[in-house]
Parts: sequence; structure tokens; C-alpha cells
Amino acid sequence: MPATSQRVYVGASARVPEGGRLVVDVGDTTIGIFRFQGQLYAYLNTCAHQGGPVCQGKIIPRVTEVIDPGGESRGFAFDESSLHIVCPWHGFEYDIKTGVHPGRPSARLIRVAVDETSEGVYVTF
Amino acid sequence: MSKVELTNGTASATEHKVQQITTRTDSREILANARRDIARYHLDDYFIVDVDAHHVEFDSWSEILDHLENPVLRHNAKSMTQNWPNAKQLAFSNHPVGMTFQDVFGRIPHQCELGEHVDKTDEHRDLTLVRRAMDSMGIKMQIVFPQPMLEMGLHPEPDIVTAMTFAYNRWFTKTILPREKRVKTLLCLPFHDPDACMKMIQEFGETPGVVGFMITSQRHAGVHKNMYMRVYKELEERGLPLAFHAGPTWGDTMTSTMNRFLGVHSMSFVTCNMTHMTNWIVNGLPERLPKLKVIWIESGLAWVPFMMQRLDHEYLMRQSDAPLLKRLPSEYIREMYFTTQPLEVTIPHMLEATFKAVNAETQLMYSSDWPHWDFDVPSRIAGIPFLSEQAKRNILGETARKLFHL
Ligand code: FES
Repeated sequence: MPATSQRVYVGASARVPEGGRLVVDVGDTTIGIFRFQGQLYAYLNTCAHQGGPVCQGKIIPRVTEVIDPGGESRGFAFDESSLHIVCPWHGFEYDIKTGVHPGRPSARLIRVAVDETSEGVYVTF
Repeated sequence: MSKVELTNGTASATEHKVQQITTRTDSREILANARRDIARYHLDDYFIVDVDAHHVEFDSWSEILDHLENPVLRHNAKSMTQNWPNAKQLAFSNHPVGMTFQDVFGRIPHQCELGEHVDKTDEHRDLTLVRRAMDSMGIKMQIVFPQPMLEMGLHPEPDIVTAMTFAYNRWFTKTILPREKRVKTLLCLPFHDPDACMKMIQEFGETPGVVGFMITSQRHAGVHKNMYMRVYKELEERGLPLAFHAGPTWGDTMTSTMNRFLGVHSMSFVTCNMTHMTNWIVNGLPERLPKLKVIWIESGLAWVPFMMQRLDHEYLMRQSDAPLLKRLPSEYIREMYFTTQPLEVTIPHMLEATFKAVNAETQLMYSSDWPHWDFDVPSRIAGIPFLSEQAKRNILGETARKLFHL
């Protein structure tokens, strides 16, 4: 990565659809840009686990387990309010809004600044 | 997808050619970040031997069935592949339900299939895939194992197991092994049948690229039984190592209580090797086979300090149960060999203690287990802070070079 930060145009807004992603290369750096609930998030394509290509993984809502008032399990459910990116190397999941693994806060993605104008989407890194 | 220029003004970005990794993605793209680590960790300076990786013999199943020696069994298997819609890649195998849970339901595609494009040439597709993986991870040599064949230890029909083990070994030693010097193997033994094991060792014991033999650990067999001694002695005399390769089962009395594959995989991949190691030690096999080199594969390492402490503790109180032992069980275990994957790293001080316990510098060998869902890249070892440079070199390849005469 360059020593000084640069703001790079990555594409028109439509290239990052709601619930989707755009993965781009800027020089040797690969960055994933995601849009969820109208907000943009961007991360380096390097997983906190073994450095896998996390941004190229499956996008899927967080899985939860429903427990009834008696403490009994009522099975799995998707939590549509929380979207995950799953690293395809070994399955580490990260909340797209925070870049954090839900079970281990120290396992987190490296965030890249992202902004949007009428021209489109930019990253700064 | 072709590269799309997204330039607008001064700075530029290009759309990455693969937006989402799937079962069709080229392994070189899946492993691109591992290739980047070769420079970061100077992996080219190491002689890296991967002691446990897999090719996917599903794709060659029909060719393997052609190598069944018995014409009736060959007919039976081939007719299964022709008439049963789902048996093309499974006839005569013992593919259990849990294996299809391994990819975490689409989250880890390379576990399901390496369905990438390979140009049709004279070279076998599997060899191309093995080379792509080795080159992407900076691996110089790889010991390659099958996948569904590892499940044969729980197959209900022993004669099929023997026939299939010979068929697979003949196919592999003819089709894959002679074409690439960087590929080696530890061939499966049809362990339930010592006569067949002896025949296997005689047939392949001197085949170039066969660096030893392997027992698939997921089986219900007392490995200490007298009937196996001549097999072990034969290997010992030939100076060939014996490996125990672990595997999962959802079908034993304990794992059958489990509702999540996480639990099944965590436990059964280890308990099979724990069982065999226990029988091996308490029956004094290290004393009876002092020169036989034994390797424990794909159970990780965290179980080993447990076994050392537990067996030592019991042995001191029940020495008469294990009269052949002249030392503590842990001392014999420390002379065995282990492979690294899947390396349990979440609690660093316990990892360090484990490396000390197993004499990692001389007994531990790197393994990737590619293309399985919990594979480890070589930087896993190169990045461990408490290891000396020599220890890294030994674990990444020098110990394997010595053990297998590479
Ligand atoms: S490298 Fe991402 S899950 Fe392992």
C-alpha cells in the first residue's frame, strides 16, 4: 500500500448494488466494497485468519438460533438485519457493517474509507 | 469476466476478475493470497514438503473402477455407475452423510469441488490441479492422498474394501505418480486383511514415489492385535513409515448424539487417532517395533499433550497392564511423528507448550490438507513467533525430507 493515502474512483454507484459487492484492484491492493441498508463499507481483501480472499466470499445473513421462553431451541433463523461476508478459505464470517467476527471481536477486517458522490463510489487508502 | 477499466479522472481501479469464488473458480485465483505470502514470508527460501494433501478421485472414479481385478466386482461397480443416476462417482464407496456438511453449506466452495477449467491435454486433470495448488503455496513436494477412499475403513463389505484399495492404488501409481516427481504418496492398506496388506506392501513397497503406507484411522479395529504384527514388521524391515490418517464419522456411539457437524468434526477426527495411539502404546508396540516410524496425520496437535499426561498418569498406577513399557508413555509419544494441520492456534501459550511437548523441532511436519475446508497455508508455520529459524525449516520440510528420504 502507498505511504500516502489516495482517493480512487472505483465506479458508478450502480456497480455496488444493495446487498451486493464490488471487488476492485488498485495497483497490488484488492478491496471489496459492500452496500447494506443503503450504506457503503469497504475492506481489504485479506482475512484476519490466514489472509484469505475474504471479500470474494459468500454474502449471507447472520444465522441465529431461536430459543423460546422455556429455554428450548426452536431451530435456526436468518437475521436479515445483519449481513455477513464469509471468507471462502475457511468460513470466518464478518459483519459487513463492522468488519468484526461475531464470536471474536479481535478477528476483524481492515477497513478502507469509502464515500459516494453523484459521480459514483470512491475509496481512500 | 474480462477486466473493466473504472477510471474516471486521476486515480484508477480495475474490477477484479473474480467477484465471488465458487466451485468453478481456478485454484490459482482461490489461492492468490497464498502466492502473495510466498514473498512476504520468503517461502521460496524453504524446502517445503506438504505431508498431507488430497486429490479428488471422485473425478476419476470410473477409471479407478476399471482397475478392479475381479471381473464380477468390476461389472457390478460399473453397472451401478451406468444405471444409478447419482452413483457415477460413488459406486462401491462409503460416502457418509456428514461429508457433504464439510463446506458449511456453500460457504467454503473448494471443499465441494475444484470444478475449474483445465485444458484437455495428455496430462491428467488431477495432476494439473495438484501442481496449481503446490505452486500457489510455494510447496516443493506434496504427499497426496485420496478423499472418499479414506472412508473405506467403515465400509460394511471387506472384500469390496480390499478390491477397491488395490484398484485405487494401482490406478494412482500408474496414472498420477510416475508423471510428477514432486508428488509422493503413502498408500492405503486394506488393514482388515493382513494377507492383503502384505501383498500390497510387496507389490508397491519399492514403487518410486511410494514413501510409506497408511492406515485410515476411522475404523473399529484394535491395531495391537497379533494378526497385524507381520504387517508392521514388514514395514519396519523395509524402513517404510506407517501413517495413521484420521477422518470423521457421525456414526459412532458418541458422535451419534451430536446435532452439529462442528462437534462431529472436532471430536471424531481426533478420537480415532487417540484410540489407536492408546492401543499402540499400552500394548508396547514401540518396544516391539523399535525402528518403525509412526506418523499421526490430520488430527491437529492439541490432543497430544492430553494423551501424554493421561496415559502417563494411568500407567504409573497400572504398570502391570502395560508390562512391555520401559518408559513413560509420553516418552514414546515424543518419538513419534505428527503433521501440523489443522493447527489449533487460538491460545498462543498453549500452542507453544504443545510444540515443546511433541518435540516439534524434530518430530513435526507441515501439512496443508488442501483442498479441505480447514486447510493451512505454509505461512501458518512461517509466522509462528516462538519458533527458531531452524525449527521452521525442519517443520516446513527438512524433517520430512529426512524421514521420507526425499
Ligand atoms: S483465511 Fe479467511 S477464514 Fe481462513
